[in-house]
Amino acid sequence: MARLIARRLLLSIFTLFILLIAVFALTRVFPSDIARQLAGPFAPQERVDRLNDELGLLDPLPEQFWRLLKDVFTFGSGDSFSQPGVSVRELIGPALWNSAKLVGLSMLIFLPLSIVGGILAARRKDSRLDRGIVSFGLASASIPDFVSGVLLQFFIGVQLGWLPATSSSVPDDAGFFTSLRFILLPALAIVLVYFGYIARITRAGAIGVFEADYTRTAYMKGLKPIEVIRKHVLRNALQPTVAVTGTQMGYLFGGLVGLETVFNYPGLGGLIFKAAKAPDLPLLQAGVLTVAVIFMLATLAADLLIAWMNPRARTATEA
Amino acid sequence: MTLLESESPIDRGDPNTAALAVQDLRLVYLVRGKPREVLRGVTFQVRPGEAFGLVGESGCGKSTTAYAALRYMPDNGRITGGRVLVNGADVTKMSNNELRKFRATQASMVYQDPVQAMNPSLKIGEQVAECFTILGHGKNESEDRALQALTRVHIAAPASVMDRYPHQLSGGMLQRVVIAMGLAKDPKLLVLDEPTTGLDATVEAEVLDLVRELRDQTNAAVLLIAHNLGVIRTMCDRVGVMYAGKMVEEATSDELFEQPKHPYTIGLMHAIPRHGLRKTDRALSTIPGNMPSIGTELPTCVYVDRCPIATETCRTEVPPLVALNDGRWTRCHHSDDVDAIVEPDAVAEEHEISDERIIELNGVSKTFRQAGHDVPALVSVDLGFAEGETLGLVGESGSGKSTLAKTMLGVHGPDTPGTITLDGKPMKSMATERRDEAIRAIQMVFQNPDSALNRSWTVRKILHRTVTRLTTISGEEAHNRVSEIAEAMRLSEHHLDMRPRQLSGGLKQRVAIARAFAGDPRVVVCDEPTSALDVSVQAAILNLLASLQRDERTSYLFITHDIGVVRYLADRIAVMYVGRIMEKGLTEDVFNGPVHPYTEALLSAVPAVDGVAHDRIPLEGDIPSPADPPPGCVFHTRCKYHIPGTCDTEVPPTVTVSHRHEITCHLPIDQLPTPVTISV
Repeated sequence: MARLIARRLLLSIFTLFILLIAVFALTRVFPSDIARQLAGPFAPQERVDRLNDELGLLDPLPEQFWRLLKDVFTFGSGDSFSQPGVSVRELIGPALWNSAKLVGLSMLIFLPLSIVGGILAARRKDSRLDRGIVSFGLASASIPDFVSGVLLQFFIGVQLGWLPATSSSVPDDAGFFTSLRFILLPALAIVLVYFGYIARITRAGAIGVFEADYTRTAYMKGLKPIEVIRKHVLRNALQPTVAVTGTQMGYLFGGLVGLETVFNYPGLGGLIFKAAKAPDLPLLQAGVLTVAVIFMLATLAADLLIAWMNPRARTATEA
Repeated sequence: MTLLESESPIDRGDPNTAALAVQDLRLVYLVRGKPREVLRGVTFQVRPGEAFGLVGESGCGKSTTAYAALRYMPDNGRITGGRVLVNGADVTKMSNNELRKFRATQASMVYQDPVQAMNPSLKIGEQVAECFTILGHGKNESEDRALQALTRVHIAAPASVMDRYPHQLSGGMLQRVVIAMGLAKDPKLLVLDEPTTGLDATVEAEVLDLVRELRDQTNAAVLLIAHNLGVIRTMCDRVGVMYAGKMVEEATSDELFEQPKHPYTIGLMHAIPRHGLRKTDRALSTIPGNMPSIGTELPTCVYVDRCPIATETCRTEVPPLVALNDGRWTRCHHSDDVDAIVEPDAVAEEHEISDERIIELNGVSKTFRQAGHDVPALVSVDLGFAEGETLGLVGESGSGKSTLAKTMLGVHGPDTPGTITLDGKPMKSMATERRDEAIRAIQMVFQNPDSALNRSWTVRKILHRTVTRLTTISGEEAHNRVSEIAEAMRLSEHHLDMRPRQLSGGLKQRVAIARAFAGDPRVVVCDEPTSALDVSVQAAILNLLASLQRDERTSYLFITHDIGVVRYLADRIAVMYVGRIMEKGLTEDVFNGPVHPYTEALLSAVPAVDGVAHDRIPLEGDIPSPADPPPGCVFHTRCKYHIPGTCDTEVPPTVTVSHRHEITCHLPIDQLPTPVTISV
């Protein structure tokens, strides 16, 4: 197992390096006078030239790449372009924490819901309950998160006033759990999208397991249905669920631009979007790499979890 | 006298003391809300310590009956009448709680395909221990008992097996584990559903021995389902024959196999190649038509449409349950006239097999590289096929049979310098490099037609594609050729427009055979083509293969585990072990002996339809891995005649025992064994 983790981590580092080169190359595609955009259209040319020089945009490419590497290894200690004097790390850090809270909260809700829903649907395949779960999931998953976000905001936040309608007005003295109240609505919007998706994956995985001979063996041993599910079904049925959830982390952390905008919530997605618009090259590079690292760690975690659940996968990857 | 369905025409004792008493059991499957009858009144008893077999073609309801004994049925299954008594308790009336307790303590089941029956992600120990934790035993005690249960089934190194996962064990070992779970709590009733299907003959013999031994120890009643009638014959005291959800005959095993009284039983018995029958003697009997599908309205006698001696009475009057001598009965109007059922005529035309070889393998070896090691899967194989000849290839799994077939077909390239020649000219080793003519010359029929046929194509398209791919025929002519082949395989125009999944197993295998024959092959490799089929369908397929061979002079390499089938169809037999040919010879020579010690053991392991093998030679231990073959003779580790100092050091010579009968063994010819005799 340790060898597997070590090998996967090494491979991840290699992949990250390739990604680094790709990101570097991509950001060079931007119009060359980045300083002009940063300084504004009416700034004197002299100031633009000076800014270009200060930002190091006129340096040779290898030198600029070296600077990027240095930033990576010092975890974003370099300055951002858009807010001089503020390091990239100081900008990424809080945004990452915000995103983590939002993603964490939504997962805490949608994972148990979709797993229970998927298992129930599979156990009563083709029943009304099954059809209900599947069609609700399909409907809710087909509405983009920022649209359902707006609807939740309007009905629950504004009309009913049950929950805060925006996520930015957290009082300074609010504790951790109070602050979670402020992101419950955007979290629910994510739940709506992911419930249908994950429940359907779980259902598909569980149907095969319910029909499997070893599930019959478990029933024939005289186990109660709930024990059959807990001991024999879940472990085999949830492998696709775990794999898919892992691959969704990249989007959840870096892609929720619309939802974060609707709720005025300073997350990672919005930050990357702003960095791309500015354009703030160091911040953009750091943001993209952060999302990539999260994605890799999440898929690695998912793979390890699957290896733990499935001894065949374990020996296959170790061999 | 008209009997109620719940009454057996014979006295089997008080149903309340029976291990299992099924009385007038009726069961339906709901299909789109409508009930379809599957079991239409089944009655039989299994006494404690008795082994009862259920036989009949697929769809006759035997598995449904077996599972109903533990009240396990698909979600759409409903018991609509009758009782199932296990030790006097009615299983059909139990609450869910009682049923669970019943399954946990009174009755258990052993399934087909042990690999699927075990949870792949839990350790063996956990799964066996679960049988005890259910009863409220603590974790440690359950594990101790699980270890005892595994020890009882003679599994090698039970303590280490506890700590392993199912995929790390062989099929035979897993079936032992499943049996250990089944017998964990000394159940009164053990139901076995095709327990040895898919296992090697030698492993099958071990598993059946084990069941027999444990039954004697625990006095449990055994209900056995198997489509292999040899397994039924060797295992069961009594046998019930089922047809269309009804039992049509019940007798002791010996009586049923030697003097069947119901026309259906007789049909089944005549369909299997037995008593040393050869294809040159006569064709196998087939049972024309199909079993009525579930839920259809049945005529007065369920078997009337396929019965060779049916009369007008059979269509107007429900046949009586006729009690015969000594506690056997049949459901037939004409139980006295069954001798009128005749076997097919002798085969008129016999052909000579010349010594000239069309395809010849000379010193063909195949070595795989696996994790840096050489694995010799085939070692210097010499084989030749004369025109119109069937070579039966037998041996345990892992002996290299499939590798040999694939090497001939050009899937694997053999090691140099071995050669495969076609009409004396060497063929390229890989199929991709062979000329069309060479590709056409060797074709294959697979064991499982489901995975061998493109499921989204119609039969017509599958055959048309093969014709245009393998021959130069195209256009209108190709379509004519497709119809021609289909006719030869007795497939109708109607079948041509169907897709494989709409066809029965037998029809699918006909399509697969048609595909193989589309390009006029010289040699067809048949890999267990009938092992998944009912005996009546098997008979039709074997007849078809034999008649195609007579007409087309095609040669077959016939790989099978079924000794009866190989004896019927093969002109010559080759026996493989760890990638080597241990013996080859004319079929009658091999069956009359002398034979190689491995052949002797292999022939004696197979459960015979004709009775019990005397002095069975147990073949203990596993077949050695080809990666690490034993020195000297590869068989010496399991050979009971093994000569220390010779067999374990020197590679044995190949001696010619009689004309074209070669045995690779150190034993002098006069000390070679002869095959065991099988008798009632």
